Amino acid sequence: MTQSNRLNQGGRIDRSRRLSFTFNGQQYTGFAGDTLASALLANGVDIVNRSFKYSRPRGIAAAGPEEPNAIVQLGASEAAQVPNVRATQQALYDGLVARGTNGWPNVQRDVMSWVGKLGGSFMPPGFYYKTFMAPASMWMTYEKFIRKGAGLGRAPTEADPDIYDHFNQHCDVLVIGAGPAGLAAALSAARAGARVILCDEQEEMGGSLLDSRESIDGAPASAWAEQVVAELSGLANVTLLPRTTANGYHDHNFVTLHERRTEHLADTAAGAGREGEVRARLHRVRAGRVVLASGSHERPLVYANNDVPGNLVAGAVSVYIRRFGVVPGQRLVLSTNNDHAYRAALDWQEAGREVVAVVDSRAKPDGDLVKQARDAGIRVITGSAVMEATGSQRVSGAKVVAIDTERFVVTGKVETLECDTIASSGGYSPVVHLASHTGKRPQWRDDLLGFVPGEVKGMHFAGGVHGVYALGETLTDGADVGAEAVRAAGFEEAAAIAVPEVAVRQESPTSALYQIPHEKPPLRAPKQFVDLQNDVTAAAVELATREGFESIEHVKRYTALGFGTDQGKLGNINGMAIAARCLNRSIPEVGTTVFRPNYTPVSFGAIVGRHCRELFDPERYTALHQWHVENGAEFEDVGQWKRPWYFPQKRRADGQERLETMHEAVARECLAVRRGVGILDASTLGKIDIQGPDAREFLGRVYTNKWAKLAPGRVRYGLMCKDDGMLMDDGTTSCLAENHFLMTTTTGGAAGVLEWLELWHQTEWPELQVYFNSVTDHWATMTVTGPDARKLMSEVTDIDLDREQFKFMDWKEGKVAGVPARVFRISFTGELAFEINVQANYAMHVWKALFAHGEKYDLTPYGTETMHVLRAEKGLIIAGQDTDGSVTPEDLGMHWAVGYDKPFSWIGQRALTRPDTAREDRKQLVGLKPKDPKVVLEEGAQIVLDPEQKIPMTMMGHVTSSYYSPVLESGFALAVLKGGRNRMGETVYLPMSDGSVHQAEVVSTVFIDPKGERQNV
Amino acid sequence: MFHIFCPYCQEYREEEEFHPSGQAHLVRPADPASVSDEEWGDYLFFRDNPRGIHHEMWVHRLGCRKFFNITRDTATYEILETYRMGEQPSITAANAEVRREQGVQTADGGWQTVGAQPENSRLNEETPS
Repeated sequence: MTQSNRLNQGGRIDRSRRLSFTFNGQQYTGFAGDTLASALLANGVDIVNRSFKYSRPRGIAAAGPEEPNAIVQLGASEAAQVPNVRATQQALYDGLVARGTNGWPNVQRDVMSWVGKLGGSFMPPGFYYKTFMAPASMWMTYEKFIRKGAGLGRAPTEADPDIYDHFNQHCDVLVIGAGPAGLAAALSAARAGARVILCDEQEEMGGSLLDSRESIDGAPASAWAEQVVAELSGLANVTLLPRTTANGYHDHNFVTLHERRTEHLADTAAGAGREGEVRARLHRVRAGRVVLASGSHERPLVYANNDVPGNLVAGAVSVYIRRFGVVPGQRLVLSTNNDHAYRAALDWQEAGREVVAVVDSRAKPDGDLVKQARDAGIRVITGSAVMEATGSQRVSGAKVVAIDTERFVVTGKVETLECDTIASSGGYSPVVHLASHTGKRPQWRDDLLGFVPGEVKGMHFAGGVHGVYALGETLTDGADVGAEAVRAAGFEEAAAIAVPEVAVRQESPTSALYQIPHEKPPLRAPKQFVDLQNDVTAAAVELATREGFESIEHVKRYTALGFGTDQGKLGNINGMAIAARCLNRSIPEVGTTVFRPNYTPVSFGAIVGRHCRELFDPERYTALHQWHVENGAEFEDVGQWKRPWYFPQKRRADGQERLETMHEAVARECLAVRRGVGILDASTLGKIDIQGPDAREFLGRVYTNKWAKLAPGRVRYGLMCKDDGMLMDDGTTSCLAENHFLMTTTTGGAAGVLEWLELWHQTEWPELQVYFNSVTDHWATMTVTGPDARKLMSEVTDIDLDREQFKFMDWKEGKVAGVPARVFRISFTGELAFEINVQANYAMHVWKALFAHGEKYDLTPYGTETMHVLRAEKGLIIAGQDTDGSVTPEDLGMHWAVGYDKPFSWIGQRALTRPDTAREDRKQLVGLKPKDPKVVLEEGAQIVLDPEQKIPMTMMGHVTSSYYSPVLESGFALAVLKGGRNRMGETVYLPMSDGSVHQAEVVSTVFIDPKGERQNV
Repeated sequence: MFHIFCPYCQEYREEEEFHPSGQAHLVRPADPASVSDEEWGDYLFFRDNPRGIHHEMWVHRLGCRKFFNITRDTATYEILETYRMGEQPSITAANAEVRREQGVQTADGGWQTVGAQPENSRLNEETPS
């Protein structure tokens, strides 16, 4: 294919570098410097997509991020698929493969088009709400087809081969947009010495200067842009970020920038010869000051069939001609309400193509550009507008008519002009998006016929974004605002920059014009599109207002105006103007919707950055982790910790070797502990070192029980409540010395408990001299437990293990396997147990020494599952499993651990006498023994007293822990049950979701060794 | 995302280092046993939820681990000042407009001022080590 619309000269492209690409399966060529859109236009591709709802053919309408139609799916391979890319923002590269997002199976012949043709008039706003309402269960089915038809891009089904990252950036002044205002502002700020970041979403910095007809200091405007960019890139205090979109403006001047680093070169970084580099980067910028120089978007006019390919925004025509050397047609009609748009006609004519007419809605336009057009022999039709485009696959003509904008009627006879391109301009809408991301409403300005940003603290506005449009004024404004921002950022001497010379143009004022009246009433006229991306028509907006949707926010949601990836860039103001006309109000009375981040779509890769795969969430390993891995442990996540869950062994059965099931492994581990000796890696237990003369007093205030008399060398179990009297955490605390304690917490509660202690110390009792430090990772903990524990320990330690010398709930310092250790005689299994604490870097040595000596005792490593079974057999709770923030120590039957007569009103004490916490029928911890010993009750199963009761049954409690006990040869459970302690021996029922009902007897929570003799040998 | 001046570190840090810890200036009754159930319930469960100026306690969890207070506008998310535990806010709902006019906002591009006269110097002193 030849590039039929390409000019022989001009434009900022490199004609010596030919690039080939594929669009919708067809091969084309373009040049380096093209966007996908300019290359498609150069090749005369009219239809790039089918529309969202009506499936109408659509062509390229704009040249920037506001493009509503040319939304493509990018990527040659499955893994490199990128959805919802605007062809106007995608740089062309060799081998690029793209498809129109919409219009499956192809855009020329669309199987959905019957819906558009037949169903068009049957698809009013709210169609989906009205049609697919019932039955609700069918929604998932509807949704599948709606999505497929709706033309949203699709995510790749293979893993992304690229990497992405985040930068945290700080600067004094962040300038968003590198057009005339942004460049001048950046220069001002940079020369004052401030740290400046200048970002711009385009391939090349310069913005409107790159397609301007005007001169700066007697040279083309683009030359000035090049010169400023060159100066800025030479300054150490300036960071230039081209191809970088400021997508979100957040609180306290936090701005997220999305930088595309290899997307303009190839599908993947590797494909671009930049293996290992990031494809896109998210800059998280904390800016002292933000200068928003985002310019404006030209508004198209709303007329009938304004979506047929060949209808463009006037400014885009100039961009394609002047930047890319592409004229997107042969014969142009321009419809406008302002002077500036005339440059499209002048550019068109200078490119050697025919301008059929300029149709101006104003009665007597006489600005400089109008005069230039007339002098160039262009026909100017005044007081009129293009009412309707003709043609279906491409514009074939423009119906022009005189109009009365006040009364919204046509006043003359319709003249049809033959043409293939209609450019329209309804004025300019400042790009206020970022300024409203934190909730600030834009303000309407009658003189500008547009919304300008509301006041945002820390943000300054330069150029078109606050309605300064003329080039000379924009440059001055940019320089002033840059200086103002840099002063506000604390820089005294902002050297004034010499504002360059620009000829002043005389302009005749713009008239207010949004929708063009049609000879037929709006609901009968051919479709007049307001929002091309979401297929919202003027009639739909009018219908919405008639159906009672008067708030613009409701109109938006009912019609989908400004939804999705579009965020109202082209259509919003026109939509509001139409709603205002229908409601007989002014535009500011109707108001505007709120724009939200992101300004343009951001790939998930950039959002996630490096926080994926193994870096998604940190994993914490104990010092013994490698041993567990080597010994075949299955792991369980406990918080961020990886803990051994159980250690399946090989077993031979029926002549075959296989691994134990979890059930088999746990049974074997349990019996080993009850009959011989087992060992657990308990290093993950939270450990807090507490020191200070008031440490003892402090413990007495945060624990429910007494600590005044705990002697050095002794250990005590404590309960910690919140001030509402509910159990929060539990654990043992050992007295290391008079003013020195070691507190243990649950694995998951460690950080929370430390913060809890700090909270009370810092906010309530700062007079107490006490200090806390986390030592969880410093100490490795190994629990040696079982009847043979003493025998094994005696082989590896110099500590006297005599039961009279080293009693239950004592701790001793000594050597274990030759290294310094603290050994605690505490038990979480009900068996004789020694908890060995050694410095973490000695852990592996000690662990291996224990196994070397333990072989003859068949020392068995066990995991968390066995730990749970063993502790539950003893009725020992786990805070967070058997409690849920609504359980008091009394509910747990642990009044023995509550010191009501302590002098200080400890945390939680007062609440325990509130009427609700003192109720008799609170849920209390009990044991449950299933009538059928083979049954292991489901954790979370609800308990009822009468299984025959009609649903909803009266729920009396639920199962909190449930296991199979190899010692009892039966399932057993812990549960909370209303008034449970008075129900011992009663039968309760547990209805299951499959309709079966289990029976269980209410028993004591202690299933094994109720007197506690086994741990006390 | 907030930019928070930690009154202990004397630096602006990112919100990710902090987390909120509820309403500031709650007073735990000195003698819990002597208050009624209703008063205790109010202390435990009832919190302000104003639109506008609000005082919150935050903790510099991934920094100095200190608790401190923030005066924040819940409608604009603006942090008007941060101050140490035991200090009183210089900006309140009653005087916010006046304080804003007096230029409490810093000119250095920052968002907060460190306010406040210590209400109780005891809370502010480091305990001797």
